[in-house]
Amino acid sequence: MEAKIEDREPHVEVSGLTLSYSGREILRDISFSVGRGDIFVILGGSGSGKSTLLRSMIGLLEPDAGEVRFGGESFTRAERDERAVMLRRFGVLYQKGALWSSMTLAENIGLVLEEYTDLGPAEIREVASFKLALVGLSGFEDSLPGTVSGGMQKRAGIARAMTLDPEILFLDEPSAGLDPITSRRLDDLILALRESLGATIVVVTHELESLLAIGDNGVFLDGQTKSILARGAPREMLEHCSDAKVQAFLRRSAAPAQGEAVVQPR
Amino acid sequence: MSATTARIDATPAAEAAATLAFERTDAKSLVVRLSGTWRLGAARPGAQALTRELGGRPPALVVLDAQGVTAWDTALLAWLRAAIAACAALGIEVDRSRLPTGVRQLLHLSELVVEPARLDEESPATFVGRIGAQAARLGESAVGTLRFLGNLTLALGRFVTLRAQFRRSDLYRLLQGAGAEAVPIITLLSLIVGMILAFVGAVQLRLFGADLYVANLVGIAMVREMGAMVVGIMVAGRTGAAFAAQLGTMKVTEEIDALATFGISPMDFLVVPRVVALFLMVPFLCLYSMVLGILGGSLVGIYMLGLSPHLYLDQTLQALSLADLWGGVFRGALYGILVGVTGCLRGMRCGRDAAAVGAATTSAVVTGVVAIVVADGILAVVFNALGI
Repeated sequence: MEAKIEDREPHVEVSGLTLSYSGREILRDISFSVGRGDIFVILGGSGSGKSTLLRSMIGLLEPDAGEVRFGGESFTRAERDERAVMLRRFGVLYQKGALWSSMTLAENIGLVLEEYTDLGPAEIREVASFKLALVGLSGFEDSLPGTVSGGMQKRAGIARAMTLDPEILFLDEPSAGLDPITSRRLDDLILALRESLGATIVVVTHELESLLAIGDNGVFLDGQTKSILARGAPREMLEHCSDAKVQAFLRRSAAPAQGEAVVQPR
Repeated sequence: MSATTARIDATPAAEAAATLAFERTDAKSLVVRLSGTWRLGAARPGAQALTRELGGRPPALVVLDAQGVTAWDTALLAWLRAAIAACAALGIEVDRSRLPTGVRQLLHLSELVVEPARLDEESPATFVGRIGAQAARLGESAVGTLRFLGNLTLALGRFVTLRAQFRRSDLYRLLQGAGAEAVPIITLLSLIVGMILAFVGAVQLRLFGADLYVANLVGIAMVREMGAMVVGIMVAGRTGAAFAAQLGTMKVTEEIDALATFGISPMDFLVVPRVVALFLMVPFLCLYSMVLGILGGSLVGIYMLGLSPHLYLDQTLQALSLADLWGGVFRGALYGILVGVTGCLRGMRCGRDAAAVGAATTSAVVTGVVAIVVADGILAVVFNALGI
């Protein structure tokens, strides 16, 4: 599939990213760019390197080659101090929420504010309370993460990711393991955040409904070739991409991708 | 973020300060004009200004007008939220039509009630109430501990009658971890404890010309008390803590639930092998510790007091009886069980988050050491009564 030419200026650029894990190549020569204000989805089956790509984009994994740029500035090659400043420009939701379990939901958000702003305790509380209200968690400020449901932990994770009003949000499997209603609401929240804040959002997901509903653009990673198999808007991929693997993935069809076994009904 | 918004880390020098103005257009309406830059890092008016204005002469309608706001972030949203709450409390209607669309959307989003706020169980306010709540918690904890001990006894029964479900390889690995891998640290500690005992004893015994009796002191102390005590405390800190952390983490990751749903008793599979491993290995470690302690004492006796090695050994053997040795080994086995049980108990009763695993580990070490010291005191009395 041909790359879609974006009118918008690129906000996140990944070029020639190659990454190996203990001698095993996970990503090979990955290049794409995310337009400002886009909701960009990284698709692919389990083990295709989606989360690895995300982790290397946010600096948790160092690539063997290639570069990640935010707003034209290189993040990969930035010095430690520059990196620390750039880190504040984005927020991350981890797959399992990754809330600090010994702190209440409000404290999870408050810690970031204490670290990066000079707000007083009352203001911190006010901001934390607002962020939690945004994700529908009013009244849960003083709950510990262990005492709320998985979906609520995910939403609190998004609230924490939004603490510093980031310009880029990275969401790793935001709707995995959530019920359809909560998942739908999360999609609405992501759309609303983009619309009202103009944030660029990079989402790793394999929830079909979700990615078709919210994705403006995206790439499809292939676990076998370790590279990008298709790129463009998910709906366009669904309608126009001729690759069997992409079609099998997006249509949940039983048509086997090359070399992959498919469970046959008895 | 769009052009009308700004971020905390971007603070251009020439920015209009956040300001607030009130205008009464008619008797019933109050227009609240917000202008300038509303950012978290910058100075801005608090919500009290509006509260004061409302308190003086409450209007029927408040019009929030943010058309003069040049840049905003959560600061503006938080202020508006507080303002809307203040108006709602006084029953005043709010007009949001003059707020930017993004602000309106986010405010709307924050007002959607998705989860009904839950009242977490609060601790009673009164002193007596708190004592009652604490007593109830203690009661629950005691019942839980008794239930654990009961289940463990049944599981040990199954183990002895060869009906317990566990993997032999796990038991061997645990035996190695609790026993062989503890040898280096036990060697170091026992040698040092033996030397300290000999040194402290030598200083006093020399006053009476009874240098030789250092061998008695070190031998009896190591075999009857210190060998088992050193090993017990070391194992509590090393193995008991590891058991609590392992089982606690397995609880957090639902591995224990997974065992239970496959019909495999976590008691049989996880707890029994751990308790048995310590029960079997700690006596050996105690014997080893006794020998090393006596060796440490002899080094002081030989090199500091000038006793001959043969004489020192002979004196040690004369001072000790077989009953002392069995007593020491018995203590070791008992301490092994105590550490194994407390470590597993804390791990199995752990909460479901990282903080709980930390608390369980700490509690396992503290409970283990306290149990050892208490058991030591009781055994001292019992052995004395039995004339051992």
